[in-house]
Amino acid sequence: MTTVSAPVQATRNLRPSWEEPHTKAGQTGKGAVLLVTVALVIVPLWMVVITSFSTQGSVNRAGGMVLVPHGLTVEAYHQIFTNQLIIHSLIVSLAITVIGTVLSMVTTVLCAYGLSRSGSYGHRTILMVLVVTMFFSGGLIPTFLVVSALGGYDNYWSLVLPSAVSVFNILVMRGFFAGTAQELIDAASIDGAGDWRTLWSVVLPTSRAVTAVIALFYAVGYWNTFFNALLYLPDNNKWPLQMVIYTYTLQGSALPGTGVTNTGQYFGTQQIAPLAIQMAVVTLTLVPILLIYPSVQRHFTKGMLLGAIKG
Amino acid sequence: MTAIPKAPPAVPACPAPSVAGVRKRDERRRRFRRDRALLIMTAPAVLLLVVFNYVPMFGTATAFQSYSIYAGFMHSPWTGLTTFRSLFADPTFWSALQNTLVLSLVQLVLFFPIPIALAMLLNSIMSNKVRTVVQSIVYLPHFFSWVLAITIFQEMLGGAGALNQFLRQHGIATWDIMTNPDTFKFLVTAQVVWKEAGWGIIVFLAALAAIDQNLYEAAAVDGAGRWRRMWHITLPGIRSIVVLMLVLRLGNILTVGFEQLLIQRDAVGRDASEVLDTYAFYYGVVNANFSLGAAASLFKGVLSLILILAANKIAHLVGEDGLYRK
Repeated sequence: MTTVSAPVQATRNLRPSWEEPHTKAGQTGKGAVLLVTVALVIVPLWMVVITSFSTQGSVNRAGGMVLVPHGLTVEAYHQIFTNQLIIHSLIVSLAITVIGTVLSMVTTVLCAYGLSRSGSYGHRTILMVLVVTMFFSGGLIPTFLVVSALGGYDNYWSLVLPSAVSVFNILVMRGFFAGTAQELIDAASIDGAGDWRTLWSVVLPTSRAVTAVIALFYAVGYWNTFFNALLYLPDNNKWPLQMVIYTYTLQGSALPGTGVTNTGQYFGTQQIAPLAIQMAVVTLTLVPILLIYPSVQRHFTKGMLLGAIKG
Repeated sequence: MTAIPKAPPAVPACPAPSVAGVRKRDERRRRFRRDRALLIMTAPAVLLLVVFNYVPMFGTATAFQSYSIYAGFMHSPWTGLTTFRSLFADPTFWSALQNTLVLSLVQLVLFFPIPIALAMLLNSIMSNKVRTVVQSIVYLPHFFSWVLAITIFQEMLGGAGALNQFLRQHGIATWDIMTNPDTFKFLVTAQVVWKEAGWGIIVFLAALAAIDQNLYEAAAVDGAGRWRRMWHITLPGIRSIVVLMLVLRLGNILTVGFEQLLIQRDAVGRDASEVLDTYAFYYGVVNANFSLGAAASLFKGVLSLILILAANKIAHLVGEDGLYRK
């Protein structure tokens, strides 16, 4: 009897045979900790999204943020998509994200590949030039003065160019190119492919994972641009989305065109809660991240592991 | 028969000092020609770094000037150490330095162990599915901006937030955490935990996965229980990465959430939220005292560099690699 059932038992749960059986208290404790951890992330996001779809009545009934929906409406989205300021900030955010990511990826991939061949001419010196910037930076004021002197003040490019290159990302990618693709590179060069050709048709197609992860890092960085906008863009007609949230949701200034303030005053005519409008804008910034994240997420460990090893 | 092509006459470009010297120079020229494409590829990134990192590095010289935006860098008068004297005489600067260190230390004690514990907990979960789902959820807040994260905290814990609605509805005294300067350091730490602790587990999970599973079996066979296996196998197995993370943290001890604190400065006031970076921003850019701001940044930059090198030294002394090898 026991000899027959033992192997079945072993295959059913993955616990190795030498390990002690799990205690009930231990399992419950672990489960509870994980559940609380996950809830701490999910519940606030849920409340933000649900509140953005809630009617004034529903928000009043909850006394603010809504946990359990009563009466849903898309009125808040109708409001924000007819608001000039929000539409424009959305376009600015999307544009700097797309343009910035392309620019960052081109410079990063080229530089990483250019430095990936050990023993190539001057690569040690260039590497040194890169690494020094990780240890010492001029700081905020000199950077501000340089960008302003180049005409970046009140100009969109100040959101992109000063932060276009991340040395950390170059080093992660360089480690990947040097480690995994070397044999393929050698084979390609025997076949007569030059460096540009090798990069484009051999190295890039074999490094999709790390390319995807780093592109995500850059894209998220541009999408979340806040401080550079605060620093360089005094004109609210040029603001990206994060600046709009900061000013109209966190600081509570009235959003032009809606009369919505943080204190809940409401001057419009529609049956729509000001809080819902604020949460709709917040939801808007969540959407692109939630859309792209699942497809890239499975590559994280690979990309980050190499990054961690290379420091 | 076929004409033998004449070898081109070897004309040295300049008189060579010795045969070895010529060979070395030719070798370098050959390598340069071979790797020209690679060098061109690095040019755009290097150019951006030179303009936006190296030029500002020399721009820290404004700390030794009485910089005026109208006179510019070339024509502003040099004042030696005067700026530093007024920086060190400013009590707000010392309070900013103190806030920076206090916030860093609170985070070091309360934040640092959490990703390690969470990674070990997650590693002990047998079900792959549960592990993957939990991982993808806890990584998520890392990708939110600080504006978004603090908006969420505001709506949950602020005066009109979800927690206080609940307290009010049940007749309990409300508790406004978001504007209380006394508990601000714990609020800041809680925000960092919420946003970054999940992402922080990724390196520790990788280190845990690299531990040889046979060690556990051997230890169990020798009679080591769960806790003893954790103490003698798991913890030594992730020691290197823990030391590396600690070195990075110690080297960055003067850098605490710049955007995070800037955003909340109006809510809790300057006394609780001013750190070195926000000091440089407010005095330098907002009040247009560029030299003072640059001096504060330079002070921080130099001290940080010393801290990173010192932290590495300590890592080497305890027998780890640290950020770079000896």
